[in-house]
Amino acid sequence: MSISQSPGQTVTPMENATPPAAKRSILAKVTGRGLIHGLLTNKKALFGLTILFLFVLLAVMAPLIAPGNPSNFGPDVSAAPSSEHWLGTTAKGQDVMALTLWGSRSSLAVGFAVGLIATFIGCLVGIASAYFGKVADELLSLLTNIFLLIPGLPLLVVLAAFLPPGPTTVVIVLVITGWAGSARVLRSQALSIRGKDFVAAAIVTGEKTWRIMFLEIMPNMASIVMSTLLGCIIYGIGAQAGLEFLGLGDTSSVSWGTNLYWANNDGAMMTGDWWVLIPSGLAIALIAFALAMINYAVDEVTNPRLRAEKKD
Amino acid sequence: MRFLLRRLGFYLIAFWACITLNFFLPRLMPGDPVSRMFAQVQNQMRPDQIAALRQLFGLTNKPLWQQYLDYIGNIFRGDMGISLSRFPTPVSSVISSEIGWTLLLGATSLIIAVVLGNLLGILAAWRRGKFLDSVFPPLLVFVGSFPYFWLAMAALYLFGIVLGWFPLNHAFTDGVEPSFSFSYVADVANHLVLPALTIVLVSIGGWMLGMRNTMIATTAEDYITMARAKGLRSGRIMFHYAARNAMLPSITSFGMSLGFVVGGALLTETVFAYPGIGYQLLNSVQGLDYPLTQGIFLTITTAVLAANFLVDIIYVRLDPRVRVS
Repeated sequence: MSISQSPGQTVTPMENATPPAAKRSILAKVTGRGLIHGLLTNKKALFGLTILFLFVLLAVMAPLIAPGNPSNFGPDVSAAPSSEHWLGTTAKGQDVMALTLWGSRSSLAVGFAVGLIATFIGCLVGIASAYFGKVADELLSLLTNIFLLIPGLPLLVVLAAFLPPGPTTVVIVLVITGWAGSARVLRSQALSIRGKDFVAAAIVTGEKTWRIMFLEIMPNMASIVMSTLLGCIIYGIGAQAGLEFLGLGDTSSVSWGTNLYWANNDGAMMTGDWWVLIPSGLAIALIAFALAMINYAVDEVTNPRLRAEKKD
Repeated sequence: MRFLLRRLGFYLIAFWACITLNFFLPRLMPGDPVSRMFAQVQNQMRPDQIAALRQLFGLTNKPLWQQYLDYIGNIFRGDMGISLSRFPTPVSSVISSEIGWTLLLGATSLIIAVVLGNLLGILAAWRRGKFLDSVFPPLLVFVGSFPYFWLAMAALYLFGIVLGWFPLNHAFTDGVEPSFSFSYVADVANHLVLPALTIVLVSIGGWMLGMRNTMIATTAEDYITMARAKGLRSGRIMFHYAARNAMLPSITSFGMSLGFVVGGALLTETVFAYPGIGYQLLNSVQGLDYPLTQGIFLTITTAVLAANFLVDIIYVRLDPRVRVS
């Protein structure tokens, strides 16, 4: 947008004298470097990225920090946090810190997998819908709206009930219930880009359809795709935890959701073992909060109207 | 009118899609869930009941299309089969005995969250950058980041177990006869506080932020400047000029979140063992009671579709642009 100049404008020598800066900013806009630069100077984004980075680091290092199988039962049962077990132990004697660390691997992996796949399907459906228009648009929009309207959690439960349990099922089920929201948002954005001249030019030059969809249209809505992705990851992590808390996931695996499922099943609340409940829930909240912060930052960087005004 | 007819058509298609999904799910799933269910109940049923169940789940020799037509016919007659876990109660009466609690919990928390959230959003946008605008949004987003069920558990632990202010589970004290007396209503209200509070806490942030953002866009409109120039009182501009126009997206999301009312309270109901339809859905899944699972899913979907259609009708009344285009 900033590239276009009003046609009648004459280029004065003065303007000619300062092209490097202008050129760089244009280049930054095109390659999305403007967005990244904006994010790195935004407090909310930095805060979110730091937390996210810490969690990924801890998840990767889990085998080093807490070696051994975290589900193995230990001798200390329902022990409060101490120097030996920093976060205490469960009613079965498992170390809560080990469970939380190892749990982050499954939770992050499922969350990111769901986010990426759901966003990809959302992009595919949304952009195709906007690009082809007419009957294809009607049908795809109908499909999207139906999936948006069917209440997610009950559908999740019903699907999980009929599919064989396991991490793949969890991902599939969450993608089925999660893609529609992003498809709708991406479609309306793609529609406005579809009408731009450069898309018409690409069609006339005979570019392949998928190239126009993913290399012409999609890069121009990078910020929306990005915030959709973040939203989908938040959804994936939260919904996985919910599903597993209900006992509909893979209860033998270790994730934040199953940790809470077992805590609840072993009556951690009734016996007052609050330390079993806090870490996994707090971890989910922190990662969701971090992602939400990055999301708001993306919004703020790309939508100047939302930037906090210093003066009215 | 054309708009409403189009919407009605859409809801009918959505309803049909749900019935179809319901029909094909148990028939096409690997691992044969239906046989597992039969193995569990075979001994306690009469032959004709088993035959009816077989028909419901497609274990007959009829061709698939005929099963499909039979299934749709049954649905429209309100016949959703017999619950296995509460044998021999029909699915429809299990659902009707429990949907009231879900509606009570869902409606209470939704209305509180919408009214409070929108009010906070209006005020935050009106006083950009002031206390309300800078403290509440991040705080509520943070609270909203917690998983529903976790917040519910935390509230249950803190207010129920440690402090003992509120009852731990169920919708009313065991053994109390339902009646319209003050003590019964007070008892129900007392049991409602914690579950409703957790739902409000988690959902209010979304309402506030949504309202705040549309409200900010609205306050930049010319007619607000005009209203100011006329010297109208600030409160009047805020509510009658800005908020009134910024409400529209909130109404749409109100329709959307009705799905949460009937279906999403599932987690909260599970934590508090609240006898609603969501809790029953989970129980039915764990007890391999597929007729009940399907019946509840269909009921929830129907309720959501109907509620959304209602919101559409209201929307047409509120936004004249929809009527014209």
